[in-house]
Amino acid sequence: MTRNSTLLIVAGLAGTLQLASAGDIIGTVTIKGAPPKEKDITPLKDDAICGKFHADMPTTHFYVVGPNSELADVIVSVQGITGKSTGDAAPPVILNQQGCMYSPGIFAVQTGQKIVVRNSDPTPHNVHSRPQVDGNKEENVLQMPGQADMTFSFSKPEPFLNFECNVHPWMFSWCSVFDHPYFAISGKDGTFKIANVPAGKYTVQAAHRKLGAVTKEVEVTEGAPAKVDFTLEVK
Amino acid sequence: MTGTGLSSQAWLHRFAVLTAAAALGLIGLGGLVTSHGVGMAVPDWPNTFGYNMFFFPISKWVGGIFYEHSHRLAASAVGMLTTILALWLHGRNARPLMRWSGLALVALGVATCIGWPGHLADGVVLGGTGLILFGTSFVWPRCEPSSKLLRRLGLAAFVAVVLQGVLGGLRVALIKDQIGIFHATLAQLFFVLLCAIALFTSSKWRGINEEKASGAEKVAAPGAPVLSGAWVLLLATTLLVFGQLVLGATMRHQHAGLAIPDFPLAYGKLWPATDQASVESYNQHRQEVVSVNPITSLQIVLQMLHRIVAVLIAGAVACCAWILRRRLGARHPSSRLALAWLGLILLQVGLGAATIWSDKAADIATAHVLTGALSLAAGAILSMVCFRDLVFSRVAAQSAVTMEAWPRTSFAPKPAGTTQFH
Repeated sequence: MTRNSTLLIVAGLAGTLQLASAGDIIGTVTIKGAPPKEKDITPLKDDAICGKFHADMPTTHFYVVGPNSELADVIVSVQGITGKSTGDAAPPVILNQQGCMYSPGIFAVQTGQKIVVRNSDPTPHNVHSRPQVDGNKEENVLQMPGQADMTFSFSKPEPFLNFECNVHPWMFSWCSVFDHPYFAISGKDGTFKIANVPAGKYTVQAAHRKLGAVTKEVEVTEGAPAKVDFTLEVK
Repeated sequence: MTGTGLSSQAWLHRFAVLTAAAALGLIGLGGLVTSHGVGMAVPDWPNTFGYNMFFFPISKWVGGIFYEHSHRLAASAVGMLTTILALWLHGRNARPLMRWSGLALVALGVATCIGWPGHLADGVVLGGTGLILFGTSFVWPRCEPSSKLLRRLGLAAFVAVVLQGVLGGLRVALIKDQIGIFHATLAQLFFVLLCAIALFTSSKWRGINEEKASGAEKVAAPGAPVLSGAWVLLLATTLLVFGQLVLGATMRHQHAGLAIPDFPLAYGKLWPATDQASVESYNQHRQEVVSVNPITSLQIVLQMLHRIVAVLIAGAVACCAWILRRRLGARHPSSRLALAWLGLILLQVGLGAATIWSDKAADIATAHVLTGALSLAAGAILSMVCFRDLVFSRVAAQSAVTMEAWPRTSFAPKPAGTTQFH
């Protein structure tokens, strides 16, 4: 009993020290230059079933830009860390098919983390994952209306792994897979926060599906969050 | 030749034309599937979402499933037509084959129903097909078999349509875009094969043979060297068209949309930059609704090649039309066909441009595919006709063999030492 208590105290202290020597990386992503105009998704509006879900003409969302050039849907990740995935224990990410669109359009998971795909539409979708990295399995399965959720997961890191629906060929979602938990996605205000990064010097990458990726160096210390801003340029 | 025989030949030809037309329609449906980006809408094969494809409920034909499933059903119909055509070319000799294969299918169907209860519908379809085949064998026309060449072509068409179905299925089951390129290429060759069968069974083809058979001197056949040059050019141009179709299929099955969005320039230049920075910039500005794979420099080069080859083809076909008109006269059927071929090529160039200007609208892109198939068939038919004329000319020039010795139709026995074209 005494020995067990001692072990618990040591483990608790170790955990506290771990947290104490970790910090956050925060920042904002902005875009430089004018992005191209988004396109109308005419086939969606014209579809007898799916068109009913959209009062206005739906458009693509490649560039989600705020009033002050803040850029959303940028995947910010710490580079050079491998084999630290906690995906098995991480909560699943929901990929919903609603209004014949995938939501979210851009997301990120850890290796082994569950991606729960849901069909909220009254029409069938086929969930077609199209990884390019060996070890990540390509699947193409039908999901009928009201059918139970489907679960996907990937074992290898891969940037912007594509999900699509071939029944409704305008439906896409992109998922970046990391083998560590140190990543975040910029919101509509362009901000992001990568929490609990172990103290140290890192290269941080900001990757946008269309604009490519940029990197910056950052040092994480305990206490104040490390701040790093990114600007992605339209060439 | 009996009246019955003539009638049978006429119906055989009509059926061959029908089969070729159905194959062209099938190519169009396949084009729609690829143009809409829905080739993977039905993820299983040979079944459709677990159903036997003939029992898949119409209520579930939604979105891309409609195009893909229609393509599969149409492919089955073309497969059936091709099978009938191949059997018809074998005439009465097809009876035992039909009888035994029908019985085999019935046995297979029964075995499926008993041993594989989950696939009852598949067993019923197999057994039903076998029964129809078996029953038909008793009323199958007792006409004479066609020539050896036609029988072989019929067999080749049957093998091609089966292989084509398997390729289409594997493209889905293995989720391999690359197989789609072979699937699209074989479709074009299959169509040409059916056109050849239709040509060889036509009264015109047989009629010309008869005309030649009645006396070579009556036919204003050009000298062999003249036709030889024309035939080589025709064949080379037809092969160029085929290469162009393979190039087009490769581009379409990259599922990357338009690699170059403008025409006649390419990214505003005569030859676009293909360095990494430029390609990144192109991808940044692409706003795809479907076919969202990023483009690569290779795809840009492929489209530029497609444009260059298009110009070469237009020039070569114009040359062919001009040469045939000059050598054979404007009213000669070959000259007219060459002119029609040129018209198809010009239409094809226009459709290619329209495909780009419309941002690859599915209907226009599909029309581009269809016109490509017709262009290849026109070139192939013209090549075959000219080849036959060339052989006739050479035979007439080199020997005093009377053309009565030429085989007239498959119903006429072939004299020794003569050439048979059908």
